[in-house]
Amino acid sequence: MRWRPPFALLGAWLALLALLALTVTLSFVPLGNLNSGIALTIAATKAAIVAAVFMELRHRGTRTYIFAGAGLFWLGILLWLGMMDFLTRT
Amino acid sequence: MPDDGAFAPQFVSARHRDETAELGMWVFIATEVLLFGGLILGYCVYRHAYPAAFAAASRHTEIAIGTANTAILLTSSFLVACAVDAFAEETRKTCVALLSGAILLGSLFIVLKGIEYAGEYREHLVPGLDFKFSGELANGATLFFIFYFVATAIHALHMMVGIGLLMVLARLILRAPTARHRAALHSAALYWHFVDVVWIFLFALIYLPGRTA
Repeated sequence: MRWRPPFALLGAWLALLALLALTVTLSFVPLGNLNSGIALTIAATKAAIVAAVFMELRHRGTRTYIFAGAGLFWLGILLWLGMMDFLTRT
Repeated sequence: MPDDGAFAPQFVSARHRDETAELGMWVFIATEVLLFGGLILGYCVYRHAYPAAFAAASRHTEIAIGTANTAILLTSSFLVACAVDAFAEETRKTCVALLSGAILLGSLFIVLKGIEYAGEYREHLVPGLDFKFSGELANGATLFFIFYFVATAIHALHMMVGIGLLMVLARLILRAPTARHRAALHSAALYWHFVDVVWIFLFALIYLPGRTA
């Protein structure tokens, strides 16, 4: 029996490589403060593709989402409270 | 596929056992998120304090190697995801071939990282080892390179652990795959993809800033 890569995995891989090319190209375009926002947005999009397709989260239910989301939730608290003073101090 | 049918008394079935293993892996990944999260918080604080120095220091990193390594890692993750898909008695050779490809790409990543480190050593960019950075930005640049070496070294350590895991699994699957190996491969794959996600963010934070100047 021949095995062929599923379309979803192939598509995710090509999308990830395309996003990599896009983020590297855009990093050389002078957009001022937008540059770092764009880089992080594309990074978050790539991470979401890896989590949804490669880590198979799209086939999982609420229970797995809670476990996977716990790390993100605490990371959010860490970055949010950690940065609050530096971002709001005048 | 054979299954020894053995599962500990706290489980009601082998499937229950395997699902618990997957959730356990997600708990472990949550702790890892916080490990790298602490590093990234430090990066954010110092980048906020020394924006110009971080941009200047970032320009000294090798974006060609960084980009190549990102493509290599993304491709290795694709191969590992394919290996999980190809895990079956009839296609176990394909599964092992895909895992071997991921192991090779992971090793190539480590080699390129080593070449990059050697270049940074020659350019006096290693804090504590004859670090030289001209101008007033030296202090902030030192902080950037401390983050760079600590974060990428911890990441590379994770890569080596991942390569070791995939090698053990490739051997086991080649010999005689069982249902338990499916769960083990699935957990190892989750770990591998997580290490890939960490690199996606490190790449954006380390290599991309300051390229327009």
